[in-house]
Formats: sequence, C-alpha cells, structure tokens
Amino acid sequence: MQRHLISAADLTRDDAVLILDTAEEMARVADRPIKKLPTLRGRTVVNLFFEDSTRTRISFEAAEKRLSADVINFTAKGSSVSKGESLKDTAQTLEAMGVDAVVIRHGASGAPYRLATSGWIDAHVINAGDGTHQHPTQALLDAFTMRRRLVGRDAGLGKDLDGRRITLVGDILHSRVARSNVDLLHTLGAEVTLVAPPTLLPVGVESWPCEVSYDLDSTLTKSDAVMLLRVQRERMNAAFFPTEREYSRRYGLDGDRMSKMPDHAIVMHPGPMVRGMEITAEVADSDRCTVVEQVTNGVSVRMAVLYLLLGGNEPAVTHARPTEEK
Amino acid sequence: MSKTLIRGAKVLGGEPQDVLIDGATIAQVGTGLSAEGAEVIEADGKVLLPGLVDLHTHLREPGREDSETVLTGTRAAASGGYTNVFAMANTFPVADTAGVVEQVWRLGQESGYCDVQPVGAVTVGLEGAKLAELGAMHESAAGVTVFSDDGKCVHDAVIMRRALEYVKAFGGVVAQHAQEPRLTEGAQMNEGVVSAELGLGGWPAVAEESIIARDVLLAEHVGSRVHICHLSTAGSVEIVRWAKSRGIDVTAEVTPHHLLLTDELVRSYNPVYKVNPPLRTERDVLALREALADGTIDIVATDHAPHPHEDKDCEWAAAAMGMVGLETALSVVQETMVDTGLLDWAGVADRMSVKPAKIGQATGHGRPVSAGEPANLTLVDTAYRGQVDPAGFASRSRNTPYEGRELPGRVTHTWLRGKATLVDGKLT
Repeated sequence: MQRHLISAADLTRDDAVLILDTAEEMARVADRPIKKLPTLRGRTVVNLFFEDSTRTRISFEAAEKRLSADVINFTAKGSSVSKGESLKDTAQTLEAMGVDAVVIRHGASGAPYRLATSGWIDAHVINAGDGTHQHPTQALLDAFTMRRRLVGRDAGLGKDLDGRRITLVGDILHSRVARSNVDLLHTLGAEVTLVAPPTLLPVGVESWPCEVSYDLDSTLTKSDAVMLLRVQRERMNAAFFPTEREYSRRYGLDGDRMSKMPDHAIVMHPGPMVRGMEITAEVADSDRCTVVEQVTNGVSVRMAVLYLLLGGNEPAVTHARPTEEK
Repeated sequence: MSKTLIRGAKVLGGEPQDVLIDGATIAQVGTGLSAEGAEVIEADGKVLLPGLVDLHTHLREPGREDSETVLTGTRAAASGGYTNVFAMANTFPVADTAGVVEQVWRLGQESGYCDVQPVGAVTVGLEGAKLAELGAMHESAAGVTVFSDDGKCVHDAVIMRRALEYVKAFGGVVAQHAQEPRLTEGAQMNEGVVSAELGLGGWPAVAEESIIARDVLLAEHVGSRVHICHLSTAGSVEIVRWAKSRGIDVTAEVTPHHLLLTDELVRSYNPVYKVNPPLRTERDVLALREALADGTIDIVATDHAPHPHEDKDCEWAAAAMGMVGLETALSVVQETMVDTGLLDWAGVADRMSVKPAKIGQATGHGRPVSAGEPANLTLVDTAYRGQVDPAGFASRSRNTPYEGRELPGRVTHTWLRGKATLVDGKLT
C-alpha cells in the first residue's frame, strides 16, 4: 500500500484485493452489537470537504468513528476558505493542529494530488472525489459489491473480478466515478464497456482500457453488472443531448431493458439517482439493484482503506494481513 | 565617445571576427582590428547576434506590479539578450488609449535596459465589442504599430474584419490570440488522451485552428496583413502554410515552451505548466519546430507572462495561466532548434531579431551586424550547459517550467545602442 490514496490507477491488483478482503473483515464488525474497533484510537482524521457531499462525508465519518479515530469535519462553506484562504494555508492550518490523515473532497481535479505531493503537509491524503478526475473509494466499494454478488462473500476472498463483464452507462465525460471504475476494474481483470452518447464521452477515451459503445441494448445481454451514472438535467442546456426524455429513451434503464440482462446480473448506481432520467423507479426498487448495499459497503471499504493507510501493523480484526509501507 | 572591441566573436555563428563599437554604432567589423582606447571583450568563440526582439511580452505595469514592472521586465529582457520588447496591452488599466501606451513607452525609456514598444488593444477593455482608438495610439509618442487583445481573442468576425481594414491606414498589424471562446469554456489543458485521464477541461486544437483559418481568409478578403500569436498546433501550421502558399499576408509566432514541452507534464498537476495556449502533444511540438525551420512560422516570441508565487502555488484550476520566458528563450531555442540541426545561428538571428523587428516595424533593431548599424548586440556562450535556477532571474516572478532542467547556452553580454546592459551575465 502507498502512503496516500489519490487514484484508483495507483492500486496494484494485490493492493486492491487486500483492501477488499480487509473490507470483508470490517463488514463483520457491523454485524456485532458494538460496531466499534479501537484501531485508530488517538489518531485524528479531518474530513476536508470543499464540495457539498453529505453521503460521502457521513460514510467516511462512520468509518472513522467505527475505528475510534477522532474526527474533525471541515466544510468550506462559511469557513476561511470562503473568505479566500488557499488550499495550502487551509491544509497547513489543519496539520498544525496535529491531523494524521486528510480526507479531501474538492471540485478541482488534481487537488488531492497537489496536497499529497507539494510538500505542504505530511499527513496521509485520501481522495474523496476530485473534480472530474477520481473517486477511488467509490470504485473500491463498487468492486466490493460486485465481488460479493458475482463471486460470493466467502468465495470471493483473495479473488479479483477476472472475466466479469461490467457496463457503465451515462455521463462518462464528467464522471470521476467512471474514471476510477475503469482503472480499478481493469486492474481486477474485469472487462469494462462504457455506454453513452458520443457527446458525453471524453476525447481521448480510446486510450482507456475498456470498450466503448453508443448502444445500450446490445451490451445489456452481455453484462454481469450494469452501473448507471447520474446524468444532470442541466447538461441538456449545453447541448450534450436534446431532451431528458430522449436521453431516457436511448440510455435510461427501465424494466423492459432490465429483463434483457442475464438473470444473475445486477444493477448498480453510485447515487444520488435521478429517477425517471437514467433509471426508472421500477429498476431502482427491484431486488437486482444494489444501491442501498453499496452505501453499506462504502463504510466497510473506507474502514479498510483508513486502517491500511493509518493503522500500522496490528491486525484490524483477525487475520488481516499487515500492510507494508512504501 | 566610448569604444568597445569585441574580439573573436562568431558573428551569426560564422568565422571569428572582431567587432568595434563606437558610441551607439558599430564602427567596424573585420579581423585584427585595433583596440586603441577601447574596452576589449574577449569573445573567445562565443556567438554574436543582433539584439533579440520579442514581439510578445507581458510587463504587467500598470496594474500588476506585484508580478512585474517595466523596469524588472526590461532587466529580465536584457539578461535574456533582448534589446527590444513589445509590451502586451492586457494591463490594468488596459493599454487601449494613447495615455496608457505613452506611460508604458515612457517607463521603458526610463529603464534604459531595453527598448519597450507598447502594443495597443484592438478593442476597448479587450472586450471584443468596440474598436479602441487605434489611430490615436499610433500617433502618440509611443507610435503603436502592433495591436492585440492578447489574452483574449477578437472573436467577433466583423470586429476582426474592421480592425484588419482600419489599421491599413497607418500600416499597423493586428496580432490575433486565436482562441474560439465557446469551444474553450472551462478549458484547462490540451484536449486529448491526457485531459481525458486527468479529468481537466479540454482545450481542443480546433479552437485555435478555426480562428486562424477564419482570420487568414479575412486578411485575404480585405487585403490586410495579420499576425498570429503563439501558434501551438500541427493543424495551425498547416493552415498558415496553406495561407502563405496562397499569397496571404500572414506572419506567425511560436513560443519557446511550445517548442519543448508537452501536455504529458500536466500529469503532475503542477500549475507551472498551465499556460494559454496549452502545452500540446509531441506531434505538435515536432510540427512547430519544422515550421519554424522552414519559415512557415516566422518568429519566436516568448509570451513572457509573470505571475506571483501564490497564483501558481495552488490547485490547477485555481492557478493563473502563463510562464516567464525572457531569460530562458534563447537556451530553449538552442536546445530545440540549433542543437537538433534544424536551424543555424543566422537562422536564430532571423527568427528572434530580424523578422520580429520587421513585423513590429522596430527601427534600429534586427539589423545586420555590420559597420554603420546601431550597436544592438547579444553575445552568447553556446558551449555552456547548466541547470535553470529561477532564484537568479531578474524578473520579479519565478514561474518558469524549466526549474532544475539542464539547458544549453547562456547570454553573457547585451548592448543597447552601444551601452552594455549585461556584462559577464550580470546586469549593469
């Protein structure tokens, strides 16, 4: 494991599998009456959120608290940041208070990378989503969910996603979730297909380790998991697609389309969903849809990441392998 | 009158010769010249060039004296071997009136390090809507001949057409910053493989190329000349090549950084590589070098763009665009053009002095190194190699992409009308 978690592309297959296996152990903690481990007692983690994201922030917060870390939540609104303080000064202020790790969400792509590499601070940096670049813990929780569902909770331990066919549908261009997932799923041996209108695919996507299609129906029958990405309604004002209805007709997942998927295939969504746009209520509320599970799994995966980056050498629960520092 | 004898200098890279400066003028060029009463500079095989001319410099004064002033900028220019710089109009207030251009011109005169020729804005406030008083700026003491909204594109086709036509009355030229604004909303770096990975807003080559294509056609239609600022893509080269073959009166410049650096560097998210136009791909770099060698691109211009430290010591999206360039330009050109065999030193003199002086109608600059000409000269130690150390810059700003990079060549002496502004690498 590295010192920081900035990009899913930085993870080796073994790193990723170790995180997923550790997350399974963390998940068992959630089944206990007292959902708490002493692992990070005395360590301080700050959740530094320059963008509003209640769900990601509380997921990290739950993970930190279950590991007994001291948690500081810092949101940019109403803080010195809104009065013009720079990222550098904010980070150094927090570090001066003795922070061991910074979980950062920022609207600017590359901000976590800058924080980790500019010599501004010494703390571990965990990327909780930067601009349209990366969201590595999201990709990890997605991979965790896929492994559980497609390989098995116990059967999956030590395994990757070799040969599983994963389809991502929606606004790839503006999606850090898509970038992180393509990187991680490729590392884990899955075959990824991106489906979107050409306007919502970045120029340069041809260099990514995945297939690209403009046609959803032809990929559904060959998918073990279909992940829908949120499509913001405002995008149609910038001519990315003509209307909401046209988008839904061509790229939305409804009951008819879902019925073409193989029986074992699952439907995923990182949330928040725009019902009626990329996903119908019928699909969102079906048994095949893992949206709620993904939220649960998010806490386990973030616990695993925090533990492996910060926890040092002690086993997290039982059997957890020690992490080697780079 | 003071005399200086430069002994054993390779004039334009040729055989070693002696050059005698008498007052503000070159008195004699030959071998075995007498040094009586003259200060002697042993050139010892260094290359002597006409003083360099930069058609594209941001001196930031008035308004952003925290990043550069006319004095610090002209000191940086002298350090880099320049004797004349054209100061871009995007100051605060904008250089869109006779008053502002005269102020910049006067500050240049007072500096004494380098002639400063102000560039006038094409439109009021660089807003692209209403022509500035171009005639008044031309008739002012500053005698403006080059007009540019640089930093912004004159995107309205009708305004561009009128500007091209209007400046013909006094022989002016419009220098276009080619950037289609709608195609570059939110743009952060070259659009391609790297931007797709980094999740930074893409700046497509077509945003530059479409404006260049439009403007060469406009220039042809109204019979005007047009100059293209900091051309950065292989496609732009093709369009300018086509326009020249058709007889259109177009000239073009390339920056040193676009001859050397590519968008791969943006993977560091270090804003020192953030610039407008953005760093492009290896393919573009090679096309630009070839075009500068074959004359499709006429000149090298630095686009020297000083910024204070805090505007670069931040996340990429928040950072300012631009790099300083005056003090490293000749080294980068040696690295990319001379040491690669694409251009000889006479070619460098042509692209960095003769042609820019001609495009900007800078009298007394870009002249031959021969008797009777103004003594605007630059002496370069081409055998030198060393790491770039921004701490030694004369510029007030340090935002160079070359920190720690080893580059060849070092300007040791610069003379402005016979007066040494740089001696042994030190400003006078």
